[in-house]
Amino acid sequence: MSKAIVATASLAGCFGCHMSILDIDEKILQLIELVEFNKSPIDDIKEFTKKCDVGLIEGGCCNSENIENLINFRKNCKILISVGECAIMGGLPALRNSIPVKECLEEAYLGGPTTGVCNSEKIIPNDEELPMILDKVYPCHEIVKIDYFLPGCPPRAELIWEALVALLTGKELKLPYEVVKFD
Amino acid sequence: MSNNKIKFKIDGKECIADEGLDLWKAAMLNGVFIPYLCHMKDVIPSGSCRICTVKVNGRPMAACTTPLTKEMNDAVVENETPQLEEMRKMIVELLFVEGNHFCPSCEKSGNCELQAMAYRYQMMVPQFSYNFPLRKVDATSPKIYLDRNRCIQCKKCIRSIKDEQGRSYFAFYKRGHKLEIHIDHELAANMTDKLALAAMEGCPVGAILKKEKGFEIPIGKRKFDKEPIGTEFLQEIK
Repeated sequence: MSKAIVATASLAGCFGCHMSILDIDEKILQLIELVEFNKSPIDDIKEFTKKCDVGLIEGGCCNSENIENLINFRKNCKILISVGECAIMGGLPALRNSIPVKECLEEAYLGGPTTGVCNSEKIIPNDEELPMILDKVYPCHEIVKIDYFLPGCPPRAELIWEALVALLTGKELKLPYEVVKFD
Repeated sequence: MSNNKIKFKIDGKECIADEGLDLWKAAMLNGVFIPYLCHMKDVIPSGSCRICTVKVNGRPMAACTTPLTKEMNDAVVENETPQLEEMRKMIVELLFVEGNHFCPSCEKSGNCELQAMAYRYQMMVPQFSYNFPLRKVDATSPKIYLDRNRCIQCKKCIRSIKDEQGRSYFAFYKRGHKLEIHIDHELAANMTDKLALAAMEGCPVGAILKKEKGFEIPIGKRKFDKEPIGTEFLQEIK
């Protein structure tokens, strides 16, 4: 059987979910028997070199680059999975959702206690190379179709592992109560 | 209350209880757990969360506000049917998208009844889109915070947290989805630690938190880390 091809991305996330993937410990040896990684921070492949079977998305969408990246993943992956609270509901970055973007930027770059020294010219970063900040942080499934969801902050390594194995081998997924948690 | 007994069946199980009792309590006395969020022992039920909805002779009713009447003799009550469980899951999902429930940053996480209810129904993601409403936090009381982002408007705090004279420390303003909980600051100025703790523990979500202490219990030892909601209840009635 040829190996399934997996791609991963961290959008507006903290890489905690990627760390949780590594928390499968010695099962990582089984994982490399089962899958081959393509575009992913794990192997540092920057662009898709082939179509993938599974895309694991960490983090929600807070800027235009996240959206572009997510749409690219949807195009190149047969199955997309939202991994973690940020991908599912915006998570901690979405705490800004009830505050207008202008206010957030002003607080971060103009009014904040550390901005006096570091940003004496009082500039809100506006280089055209920088991605545009969105009005809100969006859950991934509000941007593209997402096939499966693995909650947690981060999702337990066991949950990611069991879900991936079930998906790739067709084995029934049985989740013990302790494994599905939102924190 | 009369001593007339009412006989009925819940999911096929023969039950018997006093006329006038609410169906939720009657079920409990007969060893049947009906899931709930807004109900509380010894407090007048308000039927606001609708999680305890059961079908009585085919008709959906909130169990906590349905009294046993003579007409309910031989009634057929449905509780854990796939249809009702699906509906309850949907209510939980609605509650999650209607407020701002950021579990990873919430002090109540692990002890939160709404979250535990989502675990019970294995909610991976709510099927509705998130509202991200703008809600205010009131941190001006000496003993408690009131974070309306997490409030599910069940009014449990209004009904249960009172002083010796029966005056509520909490009140509501506006109605329906605009309903807001407010603190009576005059009363709350002299709130005892005991009552502040009761307010925090009574709140089914993390909307009322006690100040100065937080994240006391480590992950793994919190109320719903290992045991699903209802476990404690079922042990109690055994």
